[in-house]
Amino acid sequence: MLLEGYGPQLWAGTVETLELAFGSLVVAFTFGLAGAAAKLSADRRLAIPAGLYTTLIRGVPDLVLMLLLFYSFQDLLNRVTDALGQPQFDIDPFVAGISVLGFIYGAYFTETFRGAVLAVPKGQWEAAMAFGFTRPQAFRRIVFPQMMRFALPGISNNWQVILKATALVSLIGLHEVVRAGQDAIAGTSGKGAYHAFFFLLVVAFIYLLLTTLSQLVFQALERHFSLGFRP
Amino acid sequence: MNDLFQQYWRQYLWGSPGHWTGLAMTLWLTVVSVALGFGLALPLAVLRVSTRRWVAGQVWLFTHVFRGTPLSVQLLLCYTGLYSLDAVRATPVLAAFFKDALNCTLLAFTLNTAAYTTEIFAGAIQATSRGEVEAARAFGMSGVTLYRRIILPSALRRALPAYSNEVILMLHATTLAGTATVVDLLKVARNAASDYYLPFVAYGLAALLYLTVTLGLVHLFRRAERRWLAYLRPVEG
Repeated sequence: MLLEGYGPQLWAGTVETLELAFGSLVVAFTFGLAGAAAKLSADRRLAIPAGLYTTLIRGVPDLVLMLLLFYSFQDLLNRVTDALGQPQFDIDPFVAGISVLGFIYGAYFTETFRGAVLAVPKGQWEAAMAFGFTRPQAFRRIVFPQMMRFALPGISNNWQVILKATALVSLIGLHEVVRAGQDAIAGTSGKGAYHAFFFLLVVAFIYLLLTTLSQLVFQALERHFSLGFRP
Repeated sequence: MNDLFQQYWRQYLWGSPGHWTGLAMTLWLTVVSVALGFGLALPLAVLRVSTRRWVAGQVWLFTHVFRGTPLSVQLLLCYTGLYSLDAVRATPVLAAFFKDALNCTLLAFTLNTAAYTTEIFAGAIQATSRGEVEAARAFGMSGVTLYRRIILPSALRRALPAYSNEVILMLHATTLAGTATVVDLLKVARNAASDYYLPFVAYGLAALLYLTVTLGLVHLFRRAERRWLAYLRPVEG
């Protein structure tokens, strides 16, 4: 039988991987915009913590941070529930995965957005101000659309990294596509050892398909946002 | 907490001679895979920009596959996947190689970093100004001399900022070695965390060590850029 009957599980794993990646992207995007705003702010009470955020997060491997944040937070939660005499509360791995991945890659998005905002000429801001826009209006209507053109290569890169990083969260108990592949290997181990190789190839191929597709989407987006800029 | 430090500090840093663990293993994995990856990437980058399309296409396929799939899956394929094949087990040389976790880890890491490095170098080679190449040709330089004297020295310099990023990402990627039973820094931290139920201390210690090495690398590459990219620095004043 095709995929030894593990097709539905692998499909469910792929969907879970995509949900995780999209969820993390939204969280990371938000952290990135807020981080970039804080880092570019004239207010040092905002700029310094944002600088620390990007340096510390980007200086430590994502897997270490993932385990550190996930287990420390659970540990803290257990101590709190113990002290209150409540039953143990387990963090939902899906929510944990999205928050942790989003928080980590938010630091990379911060740098992407900071660079992109700086790449928009100052005159654009000034012209918007001269037309009576408030700063948030100027950002939303004038700077943001132009900034996206500079940010897209970075966003595309970060998205690919997030997509591949979802492969790590099987370590904190999520049933994404790598775990589905491993389940399939465990379930077929009696039928010949080559299944391990086969299912891992299938998983790798699914990832390759996802990254290739997203590459094509980003190429189209880059064309869209560069309208009027091509030589 | 003190118990954790006392029992594990040596394992966090270097383990013991013959049984290198922790930071020493992490650094060794990084240095070896980056060095081997560099050696592979240099010729591959030259082939990647070849005008013969089937040559360039094959290298593109290699980088596309290795950059388009997670390193953790590549490592799994190398470590558990290949050894599950009868053909591999029946060939003594292959069986001996793939049975060893460290070999598989180094192979996966090397091929992965080679793929990223190839694209970085190929991009830099393509960005070499045409005039330099034409001038060299006018001086009668052959392909090999042209690359050795003109293209590579300037391309590798220009690749330095992107390459430094790749080296740091490789350092961070070595954390996957633990999934193939190699006792690197993160693996020691995981053992310590489960021994003492102190995840924050155990992982925090590893995070600090990784951060220190990363900042050290950033510093080294910044000095290298100041030295080799001095001619690209904006003039001050």
